[in-house]
Amino acid sequence: MSDLTKLTLAQTRDAMRKGDTSSAEVTGAYSKEVEASGALNAYVEGTLNIAADQAKAADQRIAEGDAPDMCGIPLGIKDLFCTKGVKSQAASGILDGFKPEYESTVTSKLFDAGAVMLGKLNMDEFAMGSSNETSVYGNVVNPWKVDDRDLTPGGSSGGSAAAVAADLCVAATGTDTGGSIRQPAAFTGITGIKPTYGRVSRWGIVAFASSLDQAGPMTKDVRDAAIMLEAMCGHDPKDSTSADLPVPNFEAALTGDIKGKTIGIPKEYRMDGMSAEIEKLWSDGTEMLKDAGAEIKDISLPHTKYALPAYYVIAPAEASSNLARYDGVRFGHRAKLDAGDGITEMYEKTRAEGFGAEVQRRVMVGTYVLSAGFYDAYYNRARKVRALIKQDFEKVFADGVDAILTPATPSAAFGLGENMDPIQMYLNDVFTVTVNLAGLPGIAIPAGLDASGLPLGLQLIGRPWEEGDLLNVAYSLERAAGFVAKPDKWW
Amino acid sequence: MSIDTETARRVAKLARIKVEDDALPALAQEFSAILGFIEQLNEVDVDGVEPMTSVTPQRLKRREDVVTDGDQQPKVLANAPDSREGFFAVPKVVE
Repeated sequence: MSDLTKLTLAQTRDAMRKGDTSSAEVTGAYSKEVEASGALNAYVEGTLNIAADQAKAADQRIAEGDAPDMCGIPLGIKDLFCTKGVKSQAASGILDGFKPEYESTVTSKLFDAGAVMLGKLNMDEFAMGSSNETSVYGNVVNPWKVDDRDLTPGGSSGGSAAAVAADLCVAATGTDTGGSIRQPAAFTGITGIKPTYGRVSRWGIVAFASSLDQAGPMTKDVRDAAIMLEAMCGHDPKDSTSADLPVPNFEAALTGDIKGKTIGIPKEYRMDGMSAEIEKLWSDGTEMLKDAGAEIKDISLPHTKYALPAYYVIAPAEASSNLARYDGVRFGHRAKLDAGDGITEMYEKTRAEGFGAEVQRRVMVGTYVLSAGFYDAYYNRARKVRALIKQDFEKVFADGVDAILTPATPSAAFGLGENMDPIQMYLNDVFTVTVNLAGLPGIAIPAGLDASGLPLGLQLIGRPWEEGDLLNVAYSLERAAGFVAKPDKWW
Repeated sequence: MSIDTETARRVAKLARIKVEDDALPALAQEFSAILGFIEQLNEVDVDGVEPMTSVTPQRLKRREDVVTDGDQQPKVLANAPDSREGFFAVPKVVE
């Protein structure tokens, strides 16, 4: 078969089952693409030997006739996931050379289902960033290009997004704390879903902000997202926040029938200065859902404006606590000490050398908002605002709204190095961060191109635990939008 | 709220991150900008609102209080920058 790397996950699965191709053949085709993709800097560690062995085992299982959907599918794994015996650094210098002795629950589930690992994918350091410019491995470059500039793939799952968009893997794992799956998916013209908080085990995923972090799939289309999400979900005794709920067959939920569903359009997401292109994308998407038989309802989520400032208290606070473990004692980097240096100097020098500027900034902001005298004014106030943001959503869901349609990002991908002010960078997550604060499922799908030819995404937000319904609405929108554009290969 | 260099120094110390003296003014300025952004939260009426402790209303699972793991000393120490005789090694802590 030709063009094996252009197939979706579902097509690859079906072709393998029919005997039209094998995992070994598909894995071989992707391995060639991975080896030739250095200019994108999406992969930070290739595991092509492991992939070849996994592919062989997968073909055996497929031949025996009881292989799960993910069996034989070559994946890229975000560097935030601990993979046994394979360097896992969260793209940070402080985890220099760290090779976990254990496998994260998500990657265990995927590999147990027969999936193949092509390598580890680049990301913003500790998932802190929206442009993939904070990685110790350097920037990821977006495969989409419209002039001589190198564009950001978004972040923090920038390597995952670039790899899927450039056909360097069938699909990839991502994680999303404030938009880190959905924003890069939108910037690269792919699909990414963040499930309900608690759907996917966080065990073995390097922690950033534990009350917000969720893993999810980044894929070529909605069907692929449904298939891979199902394989990642499920209760895990090793994550006390993972939900003990049955995992539905998400692919079976994709009927495309959304007649009678109510789609909310939140007025607070119509930001001052929103570009005409984004505005049009949003209203076109609304029309498509209406044409498919959904009822459109104007809704209000009054605390939306306060989501980003609340996030930039809560996420750094949790990060400062989670990242306290990087002390140069148990794993990773330890600074060279001078004569007379004690343990405090060891901590301080190790952390100054090992953490990049954005991580240092967030750890210190988090330390400040948790410090004596400021805890109530900042941290507790932010947690109260978070409760109000969640109530906003609960009210509209109680009023019969099934899903909410918003833009995924305020703009298309911007140039690397163009957006250096931290607060301007934070504004990238303005449409996605509310979803993490409320613990809801959210999906970004490509819905059009801007005037320069770059992809733009729409976001759908669902009710808690109803990823199946959400995926079905996304599937209906995907079919109506008919987005098929791919980046021209220049790398 | 404006953060002075002394506060920046104190926060860096609390976070155990070494920041050179000449980098403190810029750091203080960055903190001021970020905290200025966060100050918007003061506009919200939060009277009578409980701070969120769990985003999903679930009771944490209980289990028997028994040892479920262990006997993995070599694995625990495998990634240590400095380990000796089955321990993590650090600079002298007690004089």
